[in-house]
Formats: sequence, C-alpha cells, structure tokens
Amino acid sequence: MDLLNNIGLGLGVALTPINLAYCFIGVLVGTLVGVLPGLGPLATMAMLLPLTFNLAPVTALIMLAGIYYGAQYGGSTTAILVNLPGESSSVVTCLDGYQMARQGRAGAALAVAALGSFFAGTFATMVIAGFAPPLAEVALKFGPAAYFSLMVLGLVSAVILAAGSLLKAFSMILLGILLGLVGTDVNSGMARFTFNISALSDGIGFVIVAMGVFGFTEVIVNLELKAKREILTKKVKNLWLTKSEFKAAAPAVLRGTLLGCMLGILPGGGALLSSFAAYTLEKKVSKNYAQFGRGAIEGVAAPESANNAGAQTSFIPLLTLGIPSNPVMALMIGAMMIHNIQPGPQIVINQPELFWGMIASMWVGNLMLVIFNLPLIGIWVKLLSVPYRLLFPSILLFCGIGIYSLSYNTFDIYIAALFGLLGYIFVKLECEPAPLMLGFILGPMLEENLRRALLLSRGDPTIFVTNPISAGMLIVAAILLGIVIVPVVRKKREDVFVE
Amino acid sequence: MVMAQAYPFGNSARMGPGYFPTLISGLLITLGVLVALRGVVVEGHKPGNFHFRPLFLVLASVVLFGFALERLGLMIAIFTLVVLASLGENEFRKREVLILASILAMGSFLVFIYGLRLQIPVWPLSY
Repeated sequence: MDLLNNIGLGLGVALTPINLAYCFIGVLVGTLVGVLPGLGPLATMAMLLPLTFNLAPVTALIMLAGIYYGAQYGGSTTAILVNLPGESSSVVTCLDGYQMARQGRAGAALAVAALGSFFAGTFATMVIAGFAPPLAEVALKFGPAAYFSLMVLGLVSAVILAAGSLLKAFSMILLGILLGLVGTDVNSGMARFTFNISALSDGIGFVIVAMGVFGFTEVIVNLELKAKREILTKKVKNLWLTKSEFKAAAPAVLRGTLLGCMLGILPGGGALLSSFAAYTLEKKVSKNYAQFGRGAIEGVAAPESANNAGAQTSFIPLLTLGIPSNPVMALMIGAMMIHNIQPGPQIVINQPELFWGMIASMWVGNLMLVIFNLPLIGIWVKLLSVPYRLLFPSILLFCGIGIYSLSYNTFDIYIAALFGLLGYIFVKLECEPAPLMLGFILGPMLEENLRRALLLSRGDPTIFVTNPISAGMLIVAAILLGIVIVPVVRKKREDVFVE
Repeated sequence: MVMAQAYPFGNSARMGPGYFPTLISGLLITLGVLVALRGVVVEGHKPGNFHFRPLFLVLASVVLFGFALERLGLMIAIFTLVVLASLGENEFRKREVLILASILAMGSFLVFIYGLRLQIPVWPLSY
C-alpha cells in the first residue's frame, strides 16, 4: 500500500496548476523539437535551462523531462508523414511508417504510434515506481569501491552499446573523462589543465559542452546536408485503427515496451537503442515479416513503443544511483545540481515529493500527449514548412543567450564554439559524441570514488576485488567486454545498427 | 585517426592530483596509437570532406556574439549573429534576414530581459 500512497503523493504534486502548466509546456516544446529535424531534445533542454532558474526544482525537472519524452512522440509524426526522422530514435519508424502514409494509411500509423507510446509510457512509469525505491535502498549501501566499479561497468556498457567503432567509443570516453577533470582538484585545491585561465578553474560546464557538441555541431552539419523535404500534403484522416490492425499491433506494442524498458535502464541505452532493437526483434518474430519495409503496422508499433519506454526507464539509474545512462540524463543531473539537488539514492528518501512528483508527472504528460497531439498533427506538419534558413540562426541565438545566462561570462560562449568545432571534427571522423558526454560527467565522480576507496583501504588496490559488490560488477564488466570482442557478437551488434 | 589532439594533454599532470589524469591519459594514448595503427594497416574510407564555409561562419557568428554581448549590448549582438550565420547558407536573402533578426531581437527582449529579468546589457550605453 506504500506504493499507492506514494503515487497519491506524486499525483498531488504533479496536478498542482503550476506543475501541470509546465508539464504541458515541456511536452509541447518536446513535440515541437521532435517534429523539427535538426534540433534535438538535448540542445533544447540546454537552451531552456535558464528559463527554469526561477522555478521550483520539481517544476523545472518536470518540464525538462517532458521535453525528452515529448520529443519521442514528435519524432514519429515527422517520420511517418515526411519520411524524415525528426529525432534519431525515429529513424526506423520511417521505414514502415512512411510506406503506410503513402498507402493512405497515415492516420492508422499516427494512431498506433501515439497509442503505443502511451501504453509504453504508462507501463514504464509503473516500472519506475515499482523498481526505483528498492534499487535506491540497495544503492545506499554502496561504498566508494562499489560506486567506482559501478561506473566502470556503466562506461563499459556505454562503449558496447554505442554505434560504430569500439576503439573510437572507448577513446571518446577517456577524452570525456579528461575534459571532465579540468578545473580545481577537489582534494588538493590544485588547478589542473586550466592553462592559467581563471574562467576554467571551476571546470567546464556540462551544458556548455553539450550545446557546443550537440547544438552548434548539428547546425553546421545540417547546413551542409541540405535535406530535401517531401511533404505529404494529403489530408490525414481516419485517425483510428481497424480491428485487424489493432490485433496485429497489440503484441508488437507489448514486445516493444518490454524491450524498451530493459534497454532504457542500461547505461548507454535509452530511446535510440530501444527503437532500433525493437524493430529488429519484431522483424524476426513477426509472422508477416515480408511486409516489413512495405508498410507493416508492427514496424511502427514496436519501435515507437520501445523508444518511449526506453526514454522513461532511463530515468531509473539517474534517480536511484545518480548515474546518467545517456547524455540527456547527464543534462538532467546538471539541472538538478543547478537547483541544489544532489542526484542519487538520497532523493527517494529525503525528497519524496520531488521523486514521486516527477514520476506522476510523466504519466500525466503522456496522457496530455495522446489527447493533444492527434488533433494537433496538422499544425505540426505546417511547422515543417518553416525553412531551415530561418530556424538555425534562432537556434544559435538561443544557445548563445542560454550559455551566457548560466554564469554571465562570455568566455563560456567561446568555449562552446570551440566544442562546436571539436564536435564537427568528431562527426567527420565518425566518432560518437555520446560516450564523450558520459565520460565527461562521470569522470570527476570516478576519480573521487577511486581516491576515496583507496584512501579507506590505505592504498590497497585489492579492495575493488575483495569487496563483493564491487567485484561482482567488475566481473560483469569484464564479461561484457569479453563478449563484444568475440567476432560473432560484434557482427550482430553491427546488424542492429545497420537496419 | 587524428586522435592525436589529445596527445599534448598527456603527461602535463603533477603527482598527487595528477595520479588519475595520468592513468587516463596513458590509456587514451594507447588507444590513440591503436586507432592510428589500424588506420594505417586497414584500408578504410577517408574522413568526409570538410565544408569550411558553414563551419567558419557559424562558429564566427557565435564568437562575435559573445564578443559583442557585453560591449555593444544584446540588440547589436543579435543582428551580428543572425546576419553572419545566415551567410553560411547558400542563398542569402537580405530582407528576410533583417526581418528575422528584428523579430528575434524583439522576442529575446520580451522573454529574456522583460520576462525573466536576466542581467544582460541591451544597448551599448546601458553601462
């Protein structure tokens, strides 16, 4: 009954007018950026961060979370109607969704995406409510050694799950860790890697790096891509499913949801990986796999449910362990810190209103998305006709103002520009920026826990092996690493991303 | 393949606070060498072409925005950014860009200065 009480408490927080209003703004903005290609949830959240300074922490987090899962909805709309993924997690939705739209079944595709997402969102919310508190309790018992090993495990799986070359992903993580170490050393007060620039003595802000690598770089890359947009102007009608469509889609939604929930929890997972994996799985188990790529409704239902489920369950490691599983979650940590909240297992116990309020708001937000989005599809499609040449200077401007307002220092803007350049080089070298961001946020934590653990054991490094929790996690990490080096699995992994 | 950007960072660390960075740098250098070696041994595809025009103009517009913000105020900084960034696009339409800049300037003023009361200088003389 504890659970019911807690959910009641959460609903009480989520349903206050102000939180409801910001939840609405969050999902609306999220859908908007989801619809617009070339503007991701991460850059948007970073841009809107200054807007949340004056809000209560819980309201701010509700809005930011809304942007993330709202974007998953929006992305599918563009994918289905325009054959252009508004969000990278909707890439696979294009395959069958657009085909359905060309056959005049756009309404059904949109409906199944929305309903599937809603089901997945509801289910994932329950998973969070059920699993997060016990997990947090376990996490409270973790010592520094266990934390260190946990982060190593997290980073290792982030490497494994990243697209592209393993070596490069590893290098990106290490580079991220190094960048995260810039600034004053916590233990000795010594300035490291600051080149005697006083603005660097506090380290480089996560938001600044994120805006550079994701915001600026994306703009530059988009400018050279010159994507053509073919918009289906046909009126979307019949926003509902026939009985046979429903029958075909329901099990796919269920499978997608379960898969998404699991992959969302994994470090390095989240919405993107979930949708890819769900599509691949669906293609394997579905009876009419020949239909895939030619407008199979399962091909829309499964990935769309999975990406929403994954987006939500990726909050679990964040809320219970204080460890982000993807760059968006890392940004959430940044937002929490701005509001003086220490992310980690203490949140569940010390700030139940915050924790349960956020969870309840996710469900409320999902409900809003279903109710508002289907009627609003026409407006979203119109928005797509806004040419990019008007859009990108606005994006740059909001990024610029956003960065400046963090600490009123123009130096931060230069740093972000530098990371924009760096990000562009990474794109050209086919290096994924996501592991870099994870390393960046985990680096300082990793060092702190390593030092604390060694301090407690008086410099004896065997503590990582003798502590059972720590040893267990290191073993899992080693096994995972061993597995990917085996060529067979590596090939499978590539298959998933090739789809 | 050009992971070498990280190299000079390598061992500039000191003992004590430098322990962890040295460890990580060491690993990174090893990996960098590995990646580089693979680049030499395995015939891979070349890195994609750099498009310098958008790269330079976008970054320059942002840097100049930062430069102008505290000295000339938000309004002038916005016009600088929008015009310069728009040059990065192939078709530059003067009127459209100026209209966009004006709208953005007004909007930013309403939202950030009036609405959120951020402490940003608006005009050159607001000091």
